[in-house]
Amino acid sequence: MAKKTPLLEVKDLHVKVEGKNILRGIDLTVKAGEVHAVMGPNGSGKSTLAHVLAGREGYEVTKGGVRFAGSDLLAMAPEERAREGLFLAFQYPVEIPGVSGMNFLKSALNEMRKHRRLPELDAMDFLTLAREKMRLLEIDEKLIQRAVNVGFSGGEKKRNEVFQMAMLEPRLAVLDETDSGLDIDALKIVANGVNSMRSPDRAIILITHYQRLLDYVVPDKVHVLAHGRIAKSGGRKLALELEKKGYGAFGQSAASVAA
Amino acid sequence: MRREHPFSAPYVAQFTRARATLPGRGLPWLSGLRDRAIERFSSLDFPTPKVEEWKFTNLAPLTKTVFGPGPAKAGEDAGDAVQGFLMEETPCHLLVFVDGRYRPRLSAVGDLPAGAEVTTLAAALKARPDMLESHLGGGTAIDEKPFVALNTAFMADGAVLTLEPGVALDRPVHFLYMASAHEAPVVTHPRTLVLAGRGSAATVLESYIGAGSRTYWTNAVTDVVVDEGAALKHYRLQAEGAKAFHIAATEVRLARDSRYESFVLAVGGRLARNEIAASLNGINIDCRLSGAYLARDRQHIDNTTLIDHAQPECHSRQVYKGVLDGKAHAVFQGKIVVRPQAQKTDAHQLNKNLLLSETARVDTKPELEIHADDVKCSHGASVGELDTEALFYLRARGIDAGHARNMLIEAFVGETFEHISSPPMRAHLERMASSWLPSRHQGGAP
Ligand SMILES: Nc1ncnc2c1ncn2[C@@H]1O[C@H](COP(=O)(O)OP(=O)(O)OP(=O)(O)O)[C@@H](O)[C@H]1O
Ligand SMILES: [Mg+2]
Repeated sequence: MAKKTPLLEVKDLHVKVEGKNILRGIDLTVKAGEVHAVMGPNGSGKSTLAHVLAGREGYEVTKGGVRFAGSDLLAMAPEERAREGLFLAFQYPVEIPGVSGMNFLKSALNEMRKHRRLPELDAMDFLTLAREKMRLLEIDEKLIQRAVNVGFSGGEKKRNEVFQMAMLEPRLAVLDETDSGLDIDALKIVANGVNSMRSPDRAIILITHYQRLLDYVVPDKVHVLAHGRIAKSGGRKLALELEKKGYGAFGQSAASVAA
Repeated sequence: MRREHPFSAPYVAQFTRARATLPGRGLPWLSGLRDRAIERFSSLDFPTPKVEEWKFTNLAPLTKTVFGPGPAKAGEDAGDAVQGFLMEETPCHLLVFVDGRYRPRLSAVGDLPAGAEVTTLAAALKARPDMLESHLGGGTAIDEKPFVALNTAFMADGAVLTLEPGVALDRPVHFLYMASAHEAPVVTHPRTLVLAGRGSAATVLESYIGAGSRTYWTNAVTDVVVDEGAALKHYRLQAEGAKAFHIAATEVRLARDSRYESFVLAVGGRLARNEIAASLNGINIDCRLSGAYLARDRQHIDNTTLIDHAQPECHSRQVYKGVLDGKAHAVFQGKIVVRPQAQKTDAHQLNKNLLLSETARVDTKPELEIHADDVKCSHGASVGELDTEALFYLRARGIDAGHARNMLIEAFVGETFEHISSPPMRAHLERMASSWLPSRHQGGAP
């Protein structure tokens, strides 16, 4: 039997931001069904990697590439990547005054459905689905009726990201510090939401600083990103090790990336 | 300083030829008023940017063409073009004018309560000339404003709404001025009059629309009188043709305890100026002016307002927002005057602009002239671009770039429509605005 194509294949990825080398040769392969955790000191390039995957402007890929389900990911517009099934839960979700959360998410979902050749959902069907997912994440319906993220607390923003993920059902979800700023109960709810998304066809990358999330969402692999490279990869024990020893062994303490 | 060859000269000559045929020629007060007006126009002439009020709006393109009086018969194609601008689902008292002439077959005045009258200026000049005398010549506008003077000299028709004390209209009144497609450049001088008696209430929409892509000029004047305790909602759609010139002045006189709510949606014309001057002549008046302007290509859209607080304890609010694409140029000039006796005035003004291109431009100029000490006055202005973070967030959820832009543009201007307190009118003007958004007529491709 032929080997299955990995969902995500990052090869020797080099990225510059404002003329500064931030990613310096990332190699990362994620298969469908897997959960990977990416850890690493502040400023090591975790969000940069997530943004490059999602297609944000301002990043210059100087070397290497990314394949997503066999296609050239970097050649696609951000919206195409999303429709192909890539989802980024933002470390800092953006507030968008004047755009209602409901309208926004309904537009997004129907774009996905169009792309998957499914019929668009009308307002009623959308609401039924949204309510089901809101229950899962214990989100108040009023929150979604407000303008996107406007006036949300830090935790509410993070939960809203996971809610969007649950609605859009991506093939690959990249969660950038979705656990940061959550209280203990919210962390369990979010972890529960993420676990409910685990499936043999889907992969999840958890960017996190804390072992705690990994107690709830048990990863198949853990990577340490330092100096813009994957400095070490291992099983979930690696996370416990990091918790004890810090990142000293990787020659980088917090926020000391050499230019 | 007089120009050697004033741009006004051809119009003065046209006036001399037309004088004997203008309506109301049997009324000495009117003939006298017209003569005085054309003389004023002749001496004021077309203002140059050296005139403070016209600093940011250069009328050179308007002076390049000499506009003539309309043809004897208006085009027959008007009916269809009018359809798209009527209020859906809301019955109105509708008066339609095509090329400055009343078109009864396109109009539907309907039944009005006793004490309310919707008629035309031409008819009113025959039926009740004395009622008009005190309102048409009113104020100092013809002395100071060249285009009000020009309109006054030539005015032949327009819509008139009068409300006796205490009369309230359930349905909106819609005055629609339409320019049909002509070969020759034509100017019309529509004159609208709204007289709201004591304690009366009404909702009025004026629409200025153009069919086809010919050059023409609409030189409109609207006189509004809102008497004690009356409430007028006065909306305006400016959707003239792409090559049209639109110069409009609205003179509003408010008496004590009255409420006036105005909203102006400007999307049309090559060069458009909408001026509103409101004088607050009694205590406890509430005056709200808001508007949205959406311009692209080489459009020039000017909104100029004056709120004159002449008496104490009045409120005024202004919120204008604009979205500019291409090489469009917008002007917002908002002047607030607070006279010495107008203590406890509460006046606020806000102008926000969203630039979608690097070549779009805006000049925003607030002007406060405050002569009283116990007042609350504020103004704010901003010019910004689309939020790239928000754009990326929307796109990262699968929404294409064009649609994402439109969502943000709609969110920006959408807020101004909240100032329209009449729900059907809000829905109508939102519909008129949404047809402007690029994706709506390009199919939403990025
Ligand atoms: N737009 C930018 N301009 C300049 N430098 C940038 C820009 N974006 C990121 N950087 C720099 O790139 C480096 C990596 O940033 P990144 O946000 O990827 O770190 P991170 O690993 O996600 O950190 P954290 O754990 O604090 O979220 C940092 O040194 C950051 O200052
Ligand atoms: Mg980060």
